[in-house]
Amino acid sequence: MALNTEKNVYTVVFATIMVIIVGSVLAFLASALNDRIKENERFEKQQNILYSMGVNENVDESNVNFVPTDKVENEFSKYITEQLVISGEQITNNDEAYLIDLKKQLAAAKAGETPQLPLFIGEKDGKKFYIIPMYGKGLWDAISGFIALDSELIVQGVYFDHKGETPGLGANIKQRYFMDDFAGESILDGTRYAGIKVAKGNNDPLNLIKDDNEVDALAGATITGNGVSAMIRESVHLYKDYLETIRAQ
Amino acid sequence: MALLTKKDANLILDPLADNNPITIQVLGICSALAITAELKASVVMAISVMFVLGLGNVVISLLRNIIPSKIRIIVQLIVVATLVIIVDQVLKAFAYELSKTLAVFVGLIITNCIIMGRFEAFALGNGPWRSFLDGIGNSLGYGVILIIVGFFRELLGSGTLFGFPVLGNPIEKTGLYATGYENNGFMIIPPAALIVVGIIIWVQRSRNRALIEEH
Repeated sequence: MALNTEKNVYTVVFATIMVIIVGSVLAFLASALNDRIKENERFEKQQNILYSMGVNENVDESNVNFVPTDKVENEFSKYITEQLVISGEQITNNDEAYLIDLKKQLAAAKAGETPQLPLFIGEKDGKKFYIIPMYGKGLWDAISGFIALDSELIVQGVYFDHKGETPGLGANIKQRYFMDDFAGESILDGTRYAGIKVAKGNNDPLNLIKDDNEVDALAGATITGNGVSAMIRESVHLYKDYLETIRAQ
Repeated sequence: MALLTKKDANLILDPLADNNPITIQVLGICSALAITAELKASVVMAISVMFVLGLGNVVISLLRNIIPSKIRIIVQLIVVATLVIIVDQVLKAFAYELSKTLAVFVGLIITNCIIMGRFEAFALGNGPWRSFLDGIGNSLGYGVILIIVGFFRELLGSGTLFGFPVLGNPIEKTGLYATGYENNGFMIIPPAALIVVGIIIWVQRSRNRALIEEH
């Protein structure tokens, strides 16, 4: 080929063509797959909310098994009886509250505005669950989750997720042996909204003591663990006023 | 082998042992340290790198005569990044669960120096088929070390393999733990991977003295 690949003009033309090709391939791909990806994310949220209130397909104590995606929509409308949006004093019903982006609302809260906070009320076997979404910082990236409380504000179940915690260490916050420890703990210490602390050097590794507001930490994942503690504490504080009304009932 | 000539076969076999990207060329160490705390992550990472390196090598090799040498590194980066994004998007749409597991590796694949190293050292000077074999060979060599390191770190650090407890239950003191054995917490933090990789390098070089560099 008689192409002179050393010329500046050639370099610029090559770069331009390459960028156009790559850009259009990626743009095409993104728009073609966007609907499917959005759908997957929606199902995942529903699965996570249901998981925290104990609607899942867990067989033993080793793995997390969600309600399958083809059934999740039905199960979600069956078990989640109310979806609320709490905005200051105002509480409204909203069937799409689970699609609210909590990250934006927390940023608004920090900026001094009134956030729109979603809260889900589920019912299973005659028992009511109040499910609070959570969002916080891990070591590398965001962590998030759902915590299901009963009317005494005792934790009934949690689900944690993360964007990019270290596999084998911080990523283990979404393992059963970590999440299961939270069930039975209270987020109250007397009347104070204490949350639940992920504690190192805990002398209760089997987590038999349920009124200490502590669960055993993960070895090698101090910062992720602290992130989980902070996330629970902050979320609980945001919903404090509403939780007070539940307790008063 | 009928399908591959001896020279071609060596492209795959060499990186597995005497020209291993991790233990001999000492490339790709960063990801070998970061993600080998458990075996599953090691395997997933090895497969992802194999895909990107195999395909990337072919693309670069096809373009090798028209890439302006001044911007070749940028072009290589774009190829890797594009492949990785494509993989990521397709997985998100069709295998959402798997994509969640992979999420953290995406960035690591792009920065893996083995990939740029093979583009630069091999694909720019060889045809697509040979480049493909070279990519597969190098990612296998990389994967083998990852899996060995992952095996020891997960076994000694957590007492599990692929998440299954193989040594008994450390909390209820069953199996090996009944004899007073404890998991070694050091093995799950990244420095342990350096030590395991170091031991592999040592074993390999004492078995094959030709690999020891003269100074």
